[in-house]
Amino acid sequence: MTIDEKKELQLHAVAVREGILTSAHGAGAGHPGGSLSAADMFTYLYFREMRVDSKNPKNPNRDRFVLSKGHTAPGLYSVLAERGFFPKEDLPTLRHIDSYLQGHPNMHTVPGVDMSTGSLGQGISAAAGMAKGAKYLGSDINTYTVLGDGELAEGQVWEAAMFAAHYKLDNFCIIVDLNGLQISGETEKVMNTKPVDEKFASFGCDVVEIDGHNFDDMESAFERFHENHGSGKPTVILMHTVKGKGVSYMENNVEWHGKAPNDEEYERGMAELAAIRAELEVGV
Amino acid sequence: MSEVKKIATRDSYGRALKELGENHEDVVVLDADLGNATKTLIFQKAFPERYFECGIAEANMVTVAAGLSTMGLVPFASSFAMFAAGRAFEQVRNSIGYPHLNVKIGATHGGISVGEDGASHQCCEDFALMRSIPGMTVMCASDDVEVKAMVKAAYELDGPVYMRFSRFATPVYHAEDYSFEIGKGETVVDGSDIAIIANGILVPEAIEAAKLLRADGISARVINMHTIKPLDDELVLKAAAECGRIITLEEHSIIGGLGEAVCSLLSEKLPTLVKRIGIDDRFGHSGPAGVLLKEFGLCADNISAQAKRLVERQ
Repeated sequence: MTIDEKKELQLHAVAVREGILTSAHGAGAGHPGGSLSAADMFTYLYFREMRVDSKNPKNPNRDRFVLSKGHTAPGLYSVLAERGFFPKEDLPTLRHIDSYLQGHPNMHTVPGVDMSTGSLGQGISAAAGMAKGAKYLGSDINTYTVLGDGELAEGQVWEAAMFAAHYKLDNFCIIVDLNGLQISGETEKVMNTKPVDEKFASFGCDVVEIDGHNFDDMESAFERFHENHGSGKPTVILMHTVKGKGVSYMENNVEWHGKAPNDEEYERGMAELAAIRAELEVGV
Repeated sequence: MSEVKKIATRDSYGRALKELGENHEDVVVLDADLGNATKTLIFQKAFPERYFECGIAEANMVTVAAGLSTMGLVPFASSFAMFAAGRAFEQVRNSIGYPHLNVKIGATHGGISVGEDGASHQCCEDFALMRSIPGMTVMCASDDVEVKAMVKAAYELDGPVYMRFSRFATPVYHAEDYSFEIGKGETVVDGSDIAIIANGILVPEAIEAAKLLRADGISARVINMHTIKPLDDELVLKAAAECGRIITLEEHSIIGGLGEAVCSLLSEKLPTLVKRIGIDDRFGHSGPAGVLLKEFGLCADNISAQAKRLVERQ
């Protein structure tokens, strides 16, 4: 990845974060914390990794993405808008009575959403089904899913991991956002899901650990995913992240798991993101 | 009825899947380690590459089926009714029902006629659970011939379908040329004093009950209501208008199943005296299927006695 390419991604990521703030502010609700922690990953997936076409969202040959941690819909919606699947102007209608931007992802109302999710633990199974389907059909479609670390307490996640390894779904990339926080507090205290790496490895997956805010790390992790094709192993990317990343008062603060910024907080957050953009643009 | 051929509808299901697989390459079958009992192994033997064993993990199985359906495949996911509708309810609701995906759930071992396995496996709540999900088609097959038609119709319908089959061998009463339509009940015996609206393996019992009633001078109509949802409102209302009294008959809790569906319709459109025969608000227990069905009153003798009482009440 060239410096310019990376900078471009970083600028998109700033825009995705702005969209997250804008939609949560517009909704007066939503889940900004976990959307922001995964914002860089969403950006990388939609701008560099996945084969998708915003002009033809239902293209049968597209790669598939399932947001298993469906409550971070603002993050997914924001990256889809940034990628051109629908107008960014619609983001503030999130959760509104007449909006197609449902509180959790709806595959029939939101262009670019491949699976309706929201009930934790189910997205990974649906994604495994897609990967299995692609294998059965002899297609080279890749399937990606993003889970939260709190979500790993759902037993179904491990049913799905077992299934993925059993059927050698090496076309399947499971990404876990290890931001360390969930609605009731620190994941380690609520229900310790560690060691996450050993768990997935023992299920038969190839596990890569990265800094979830580093695009170089992502590039090498996805290279490994592509190298794993033919190995019979699903790839698990454990990304260490900061919940609320990019907005100072939200960072590592569990309060922002499911709360919207008020007008003042919104302005302050947008100003911080604008400053990051300005800094990036100096070098362009 | 001793000379009548008896087949368990789960056996019919396995064969129907195989037949469907022969004609449609997009049909895939999933099971949760019960293929030998649900009879999906019949499909597996013919099409091993299209059979996805999911292990004892029903929640994952039905959700994987949802994912497969988004790839243009038509998955039939099977387990016992207890686990397909019960254990995996929320997955069926959120990952199949809410996105209205083209997944077919073939649930065997419905009702108390599961027999010796006892209450833990005797699912009498599946109709209630499944019909509460918006957009879900809910059916229960009454014999071998109907299963074949039902499986084919389920494939042809674009959307989620729940089908219940039985472990217990029961009479095959349909002719091979039986014409089946989802949502359209079948009048099996005509009559005008009372209508027995039944489904599943109890339809032959209802036919027997009608014979007993005829001997007592009571003309009983028997309707095979294979589709619980969408209910054939027209046929129910016609039966209520023409017969004046209704008995509903199902191998399911009297709470939430066919009986309540019929009562809901009639209470709003045409208040009619209804007696619901089903599993009262209690659990089953171990025992031979035939004995259990008698104990719970799901037999011709009790049906005809209840019908007589209802006719005499007015």
